[in-house]
Amino acid sequence: MVSSLRIESAEQAMQNPEYLTALKELLFQVADDDFILAHRGSEWLGLAPHIEEDVAFSSMSQDMMGHAVMFYEMLEALGAGKADDLAQLRKPEDFRNAVLVERMNGTGDYIEEPHYDWAYAIARCYFYGLFKEVRSESLANSSYLPLAQVSRKTMTEHRYHMIHWQVWMSQLANSTEEARNRLANALGKVWDDIGGLFILGPLAASIVKHGLIEGEELLTQRWLEKAKKAFDTFGLTWIGKPKTPELNGRAGQHTQELADAIDTLSEVYRLDPAANW
Amino acid sequence: MALQEGLLQEDVFWNLLEEVKDPEIPAVSMVEMGMINKVSVEDDVVSVEVLPTFVGCPALEIMKSAIVKKLGTVEGVREVQVNFVFEPAWSSDRISDSGREKLREFGIASPPCKHRIEEPWEVKCPYCGSSHTTMENLFGPTACRSILYCKHCKNPFEAMKPI
Repeated sequence: MVSSLRIESAEQAMQNPEYLTALKELLFQVADDDFILAHRGSEWLGLAPHIEEDVAFSSMSQDMMGHAVMFYEMLEALGAGKADDLAQLRKPEDFRNAVLVERMNGTGDYIEEPHYDWAYAIARCYFYGLFKEVRSESLANSSYLPLAQVSRKTMTEHRYHMIHWQVWMSQLANSTEEARNRLANALGKVWDDIGGLFILGPLAASIVKHGLIEGEELLTQRWLEKAKKAFDTFGLTWIGKPKTPELNGRAGQHTQELADAIDTLSEVYRLDPAANW
Repeated sequence: MALQEGLLQEDVFWNLLEEVKDPEIPAVSMVEMGMINKVSVEDDVVSVEVLPTFVGCPALEIMKSAIVKKLGTVEGVREVQVNFVFEPAWSSDRISDSGREKLREFGIASPPCKHRIEEPWEVKCPYCGSSHTTMENLFGPTACRSILYCKHCKNPFEAMKPI
């Protein structure tokens, strides 16, 4: 990181076009990851294994969506457009989230015959959560001061999410053979996509050069250490370093699943974007 | 009430803010919660810096309008600005002693002071004071609270998370 660079406000960032472009690109990645995964979490409402989990999962999804809101508001301050519009009116190809977070919760529809995969929900939230820890710790030293401050704040909240998912991981890993098999399948599915999280996209070099966050390799390495340790703790067999997925969400490559998710989540907003809520 | 000259001005607003309650815990004011970081007055504009407890808190907008409404009643105030800031980050250590007592009376156990996440979190029942309690759900009705059960007086209760 270029340690000397320190940008204290949106106004200051906007005076440097190259810095501004890199910053906005990174903010879209961070915001879109949290936003889309929070949406997937919200689709579990009423379907989680028991009532306490329903309360906990929706509470965490709401908190994570709150994190996304802050990042979108940061983009608004940088002249990228209205925060609500950024979340709900962009085209799928403008989203910068990793493909991992856009995957559906399972087969079937939220309303009709949802055959959602609970093991996948836990595996995805837990290993995404480990990445969020790594990313937030790096962002806490970002050259963009507002981003560093917000990241430090989200870290304290995110710890509680991780305690929750850790309990579930341990329960499934130490449960019946069926539970272990389901978890193993879910981990395989997560591993197909999770490499996409570590990518910083087409502007990676500029993002790192401006001291906004550390490089892909460092972030990957730190996540790998945490992930290996977790496998060990839960008594699971390590499945190896994730490969780079075919679709690069950071470059706007996505599945139909994201397009459908955006259609659903923005349906009401699009009816009347000027309405007051 | 009219704007007074000099240093007293800010005190007037701090006093009024004591009357603005946390919308989800109406027993406690935002000042007692440690959520008001700074109040400043410039000519006829009052600015209030608010520290959100949990970032995803859906009550933030309600708090904002409650502050604008309350401080806007002061004669001579043209505008009330409310800004959410994250530096310093809100911590449960900021809750005042009177805030802690009111939380307990409301049935919510206060977070321990200077708590580190690695340490066990011992929660005393707000009704009978027993430490013989169990965690039922880390996430309660709001992100900042958990649901517990007192094995001594057999009451369910909530506790505010230490952060």
